[in-house]
Amino acid sequence: MNQSQTAKSMTHGEAGLAIVFAASAFLCLFAAAKALDTAFAFHASLACAASLWAVFAIMNRYYDRPDSLPAREINGRPNYNMGPIKFSAVMAVFWGIAGFSVGLLIASQLAWPALNFDLPWTSFGRLRPLHTSAVVFAFGGNVLIATSFYVVQKTCRARLAGDLAPWFVVIGYNFFILIAGTGYLLGVTQSKEYAEPEWYADLWLTIVWVTYLLVFLMTIVKRKEPHIFVANWFYLAFIVTIAVLHLGNNPALPVSMFGSKSYIAWGGVQDAMFQWWYGHNAVGFFLTAGFLAIMYYFIPKRAERPVYSYRLSIIHFWAIIFLYIWAGPHHLHYTALPDWAQTLGMTFSIMLWMPSWGGMINGMMTLSGAWDKLRTDPVLRMLVVSVAFYGMATFEGPLMSIKVVNSLSHYTDWTIGHVHSGALGWVGFVSFGALYCLFPWLWDRKGLYSLKLVNWHFWIATIGIVLYISSMWVSGILQGLMWRAYTSLGFLEYSFIESVEAMHPFYIIRAAGGALFLIGALIMAFNLWMTVYAREEEVTAPVALQAAAE
Amino acid sequence: MKAILTVQNITSDFVTSFWTPIFVAIFIAIVTYALWPRNKADFDEAAKIPLREE
Repeated sequence: MNQSQTAKSMTHGEAGLAIVFAASAFLCLFAAAKALDTAFAFHASLACAASLWAVFAIMNRYYDRPDSLPAREINGRPNYNMGPIKFSAVMAVFWGIAGFSVGLLIASQLAWPALNFDLPWTSFGRLRPLHTSAVVFAFGGNVLIATSFYVVQKTCRARLAGDLAPWFVVIGYNFFILIAGTGYLLGVTQSKEYAEPEWYADLWLTIVWVTYLLVFLMTIVKRKEPHIFVANWFYLAFIVTIAVLHLGNNPALPVSMFGSKSYIAWGGVQDAMFQWWYGHNAVGFFLTAGFLAIMYYFIPKRAERPVYSYRLSIIHFWAIIFLYIWAGPHHLHYTALPDWAQTLGMTFSIMLWMPSWGGMINGMMTLSGAWDKLRTDPVLRMLVVSVAFYGMATFEGPLMSIKVVNSLSHYTDWTIGHVHSGALGWVGFVSFGALYCLFPWLWDRKGLYSLKLVNWHFWIATIGIVLYISSMWVSGILQGLMWRAYTSLGFLEYSFIESVEAMHPFYIIRAAGGALFLIGALIMAFNLWMTVYAREEEVTAPVALQAAAE
Repeated sequence: MKAILTVQNITSDFVTSFWTPIFVAIFIAIVTYALWPRNKADFDEAAKIPLREE
């Protein structure tokens, strides 16, 4: 009653953010005018346009909204905020397909180098970071943001904290991806693997990421459920650690405030160690902890079974936290890094076997009493197979970190095969499973458009992964053996180009595997699109149709 | 002497010398907490959180 009488006014957040973006638009325009290189001018112009858009978006939203902000609860039930999650989930599908496509292109370039097109923008060196960033940070990142915002609300029984902040996180993060990706194509890079974006993109990501942390933390603070569910612990570890890694690895001095080039503060072997402390923990906390959070929520939810052992999940979490952070030096075996540090990295990597497999068993055994659902529910099958791939990849990883094994496997395609059994099998499948769950939930649909298509996606992608990883195992070991083969007179038996020639058939098989994986993702995109747009009329008779679809 | 910001300067010597046993002790405490019989009922409840609607 009272609220209808109070005049509508902007919140401090709306007014403040609009002013900040207006100022940012002017600053970016100024930076674009003063720019020393075209890439920086392009990025400054993009940021200027985005800032102007943000001001208009904030104003439009203000004029369109009711006098008061959405209630945190309606009739005692939490009023969940699903808008930013929908945005992130859709972006995940988009970036996934973009990233897999670029992956297929560069895999084909290795088999048929003419596909470089002799253009700088399409050369392997620029497209490779575009592929890795698109699949890890754009696809994986949007999946993690979408699922984390969903899971934290549901398991805390509280509306997402903040009004504009969640939107700032999802749109700001995708703008970072845009700046990073276009930068790679234009040749802007600080040449740190998986941390290629230059200083201004890094600064922007820091702002977005701290906001992400605050939104997540404040939602937990405002929770109605007294216990903080284990998935939230994993998400929190992911968000906090990525912030620390990003700040630790990226301190850089720009050559000019108006140019894209910068120099990293670290030098020599310290730089190498910082880089792989960052690189390996990006695997440990972005690609593992974050997606384990998905496992701990979506598998119980989909299987309708409680977490197999909650006690094991606590030990799993803390063991991962205490061990992972030390494993980075195994990327620097037989380098200038001190020997003891290499051995330390190897030892901690081997110790990681235990929490990894403990977690895998916990995820698998959650199906106790519901194993039959694997036969009827391809989404659950996708989630469970992802956990199996997690077990495989985390068995192989410690094995490869052992120095004698590493002397054979390092710098060969075996590494690429290992990474992709984790990336395609674990991260890819658990993400697809989560997206198949999320879309019907977010858009209030009774179920997916077609479970049959999920089944097709599952099998096509699985065959793709098998082709990919088995071809890379064979080619990697072949490469390693060829490089270390000596003749009876002590000369190297093969020249390098002979080993390259020997790879050719495996590169074709790998590209074929990648193509199958991409086809699977396109089937998923179609299925999700139809789930959102083609079910409207059918909802009138949901029960009968559900029974028929099973 | 110049004051340089190092791990030693911002933490005590005790922590920097003994972080391994300290971390091990913290970890053992966590495992004990997780496996303590009296906590089992609470954890079994927590395992069902995803299944609770709204």
